[in-house]
Amino acid sequence: MNFFENIGINIRNWLKVFSDISSLFFATVYWSVFGVFHRKPVNFKTVFEQMVYMGLQSILIVFFVTFFTGVVIAMQLAPQFQKMGAVFYVSSMVSIAICRELGPVLTALVIAGRIGAAITAEVGSMKVNEQIEALETMGINPVRYLAVPKFLALLIMLPCLTVLGDASGMFGGYVVGVNSLHISPGLYAQTTFKFLSLKDIYTGLSKPFVFAAIISMVGIYQGLKTKGGAVGVGQATTISVVTSFILIIIADCILTGIYFFINF
Amino acid sequence: MIETNKKFISVRNLIKKFEGRIVLDNINIDIQQGETFVIVGGSGSGKSTLLRTMTGAIRPDQGEVYYDGKDIHSMEEDEMDKFRKRFGMSFQNSALLDFLSVEENVSLPLVEHTRLDQKLISIIAKMKLKLVGLQGFENYQVSQLSGGMRKRVGLARAIAMDPEIVFYDEPTAGLDPVVCAVVDQLILDLTKKLNLTSVVVTHNMESVFRIADRIGMLYKGKMLQVGTKEEIQNSTNPVIQQFIKGEINGPIHLNEDVIDR
Repeated sequence: MNFFENIGINIRNWLKVFSDISSLFFATVYWSVFGVFHRKPVNFKTVFEQMVYMGLQSILIVFFVTFFTGVVIAMQLAPQFQKMGAVFYVSSMVSIAICRELGPVLTALVIAGRIGAAITAEVGSMKVNEQIEALETMGINPVRYLAVPKFLALLIMLPCLTVLGDASGMFGGYVVGVNSLHISPGLYAQTTFKFLSLKDIYTGLSKPFVFAAIISMVGIYQGLKTKGGAVGVGQATTISVVTSFILIIIADCILTGIYFFINF
Repeated sequence: MIETNKKFISVRNLIKKFEGRIVLDNINIDIQQGETFVIVGGSGSGKSTLLRTMTGAIRPDQGEVYYDGKDIHSMEEDEMDKFRKRFGMSFQNSALLDFLSVEENVSLPLVEHTRLDQKLISIIAKMKLKLVGLQGFENYQVSQLSGGMRKRVGLARAIAMDPEIVFYDEPTAGLDPVVCAVVDQLILDLTKKLNLTSVVVTHNMESVFRIADRIGMLYKGKMLQVGTKEEIQNSTNPVIQQFIKGEINGPIHLNEDVIDR
């Protein structure tokens, strides 16, 4: 009985979290779009500052992660293709794998670790230091004031970082292909783009919009829920990153499934 | 709507429970315009909960909080937000936004709620900072300030919108005796100069007798007595006597000390 009760309680808790995050998402979208009609337009200065913090300062880490992933994929695939005498196909495999899947997902995971954690830690510290309550007491909606700039900044910057991630992943493959597998640079580039269709690129680039919403909403939700001082902030940050990771992978699976089944 | 005089705060039959435990038990208070009403009580007596219920941050399980005869807890969130512009609050930990400068913190309510020109907002913020004795600190970051200075910036922010009522949550907690006296004097000055109604929550008895017009003693979620300084000092209630004298022996036991919400 206890076992089933626990399952029931867990499902109920997860549904509650899901519904809370959904309402936070709708409130954020509402204030992003309709804030101007309440004479509370989006503060673009804050959005820009957040874009610099979330985007520009993440370039290096995204580059390294995706570049080396490109290198690794090329090295793993090379022996298989060498056996078939078609080593130059490494380039197309790397580009498709990176653009459709690994570029968007790895970039999102890196940003969930770097930015999602930072969002939760910042909002969580504000919560335990009464700053969120201060905003509410001043009649300032914390969702509009804190969540909207972070959400918009990530919605703009994550796709940009994904483009960078795609490019650096393919560059990683190129470095291995040209230097180690002795494919000529021209042939490598030609094979890369011969098999890479527009569909591969836009299905890949549609994902970061969903991932950006997941990272920012989970980050802010966990921050706003934080209780109990420094320990609470630490716990909320951990939960935020883990939840974002899981939701990114699930969302990726669902999106890929949709593209697969509707042959998009 | 009940009969309450204009601009009075009336708390009626307030009950609040946390996880089944009664934190506020049938509280009734009337606060006059222009007076400084101090709520005293030990940790866990429910005084912070009472203050938060009065600001609308916490919804009570039963009872009403009337301002101008209107119950804020029966208002929609939008209406309550508009209503909140009429009062300011000074928080225990100052609750200043640490990514903003001192001036930006004080300007925040004006930037958010008015359509005043940025230059005018800056002038108002400087005036408010001057009122709390912090002129020249406009461009400091919050992290560069001492505890007492943060409290004063918090006060400047609380009065930025020229409120009618200011709530103070432990305004002198963690400050040295001299700074305590300065903050108390500031509360008195602001109340007089700006014709404010002040509601203060504290357990610093020195402070209480300096600033209070009337005092309400809260014990185990119940309002034991409301009266003037003299009435409280001469109270025959042993709990009040033990509390104001800070004695170890008496009806208050330490194991009754529970989490302050």
